[in-house]
Amino acid sequence: MSAPAGSLLSAQDLRKAYGPTAALDGAHFSIHAGEVVAVMGPSGSGKSTLLHCLAGIVPPDAGTITYNGRELSGMSDAERSALRRSDFGFVFQFGQLVPELSCVENVALPLRLNGAKRKEAERTALTWMERLEVDDLAKKRPGEVSGGQGQRVAVARSLVTGPRVLFADEPTGALDSLNGERVMQLLTDAARSTNAAVVLVTHEARVAAYSDREIVVRDGKSRDMEHVL
Amino acid sequence: MSIGHTLLGLLESGPRHGYDLKRAFDEKFGHDKPLHYGQVYSTMSRLLKNGLVEVDGVEAGGGPERKRYAITEAGITDVQQWLATPEKPEPYLSSTLYTKVVLALLTGRDAGDLLDTQRSEHLRMMRILTDRKRKGDLADQLICDHALFHLEADLRWLELTAARLDKLAKAVTEG
Ligand SMILES: Nc1ncnc2c1ncn2[C@@H]1O[C@H](COP(=O)(O)OP(=O)(O)OP(=O)(O)O)[C@@H](O)[C@H]1O
Ligand SMILES: [Mg+2]
Repeated sequence: MSAPAGSLLSAQDLRKAYGPTAALDGAHFSIHAGEVVAVMGPSGSGKSTLLHCLAGIVPPDAGTITYNGRELSGMSDAERSALRRSDFGFVFQFGQLVPELSCVENVALPLRLNGAKRKEAERTALTWMERLEVDDLAKKRPGEVSGGQGQRVAVARSLVTGPRVLFADEPTGALDSLNGERVMQLLTDAARSTNAAVVLVTHEARVAAYSDREIVVRDGKSRDMEHVL
Repeated sequence: MSIGHTLLGLLESGPRHGYDLKRAFDEKFGHDKPLHYGQVYSTMSRLLKNGLVEVDGVEAGGGPERKRYAITEAGITDVQQWLATPEKPEPYLSSTLYTKVVLALLTGRDAGDLLDTQRSEHLRMMRILTDRKRKGDLADQLICDHALFHLEADLRWLELTAARLDKLAKAVTEG
């Protein structure tokens, strides 16, 4: 099977085992630029494993992943990490901000790692913090902001490099529903405005309602609900 | 929803004409289902007959929409009572979806597929409501949230059932 036409990122027949556990057992995926796809399914079904494979963090045992016309397995480790830094953004449930850095330094970090000058990096970081309505927290340390605020800072950081794919694994998992929805609104608005694709792992229906479509993972197998009805 | 009580409540802040009442209702509560004029008149004539409103004046030109209604003391008491009485919680004890799941299991069909398809349908509706919420004002947000939380409750049940399908299959085929 080949990559669906026009998809930015796709995967065919992914398999990944941890010892005797088949985390992925023939999973498929594809996403277009500007699309938000929710990945749903029960706990332990393989959602995070799928996300890690798609992002080139974990190599699958079998199957192909194609990003922008290139197969991830054909790249060297160095090429894959360069790709992650330049083209991908990440938001996780918690514990992602560096506690010793201020919020604006955290947001600027990916740019700094890509070689940007401090001043320039922090200027860009601030514009993203404004969009996520946390620019007033620029000087604070992550330990001095609330969970919801910290998560918005993390979203700003994930978008600061202008990624073409944003990987979000339970980005609202630690937030109450009002904060969670606000984060989703800002995240999807920001992603849409830059035409980024969003791979959104969530078990919450109200969060998934911010997506354009969903796939369901069960026992390591994926089901694309778009083609069902 | 009790249209009578709602119209009465709208009259408490001052007398209104029939057309004005309809407009106020539609604006505040009738987002998806605006009132028909017929509903307004039949409701108002019932309230009139029961002494909960009185005609406060008639505009030139005639027609029921030109009548101006005012709430009476009895009407105010009625609104007060309605607001103070809690709504009966829905027991939600009969579920078509539960029946379908059991029948699928009994007939050897894939109940998991059935639940996936239902989730998808629910999410479709939830996306529409979420979109409306994003674009709407606070009233829109509250109305949509009410619907979204109910649909979410269905889906939580669905996920729990999906996780217990094997057990349920055993229970229904043994029973
Ligand atoms: N690093 C690992 N080492 C061993 N087993 C793993 C590892 N990562 C995942 N697994 C196993 O693979 C399966 C899929 O895990 P995964 O984290 O992808 O599930 P998930 O769908 O993200 O679950 P959750 O909703 O709980 O986050 C599970 O059985 C898990 O125990
Ligand atoms: Mg996970």
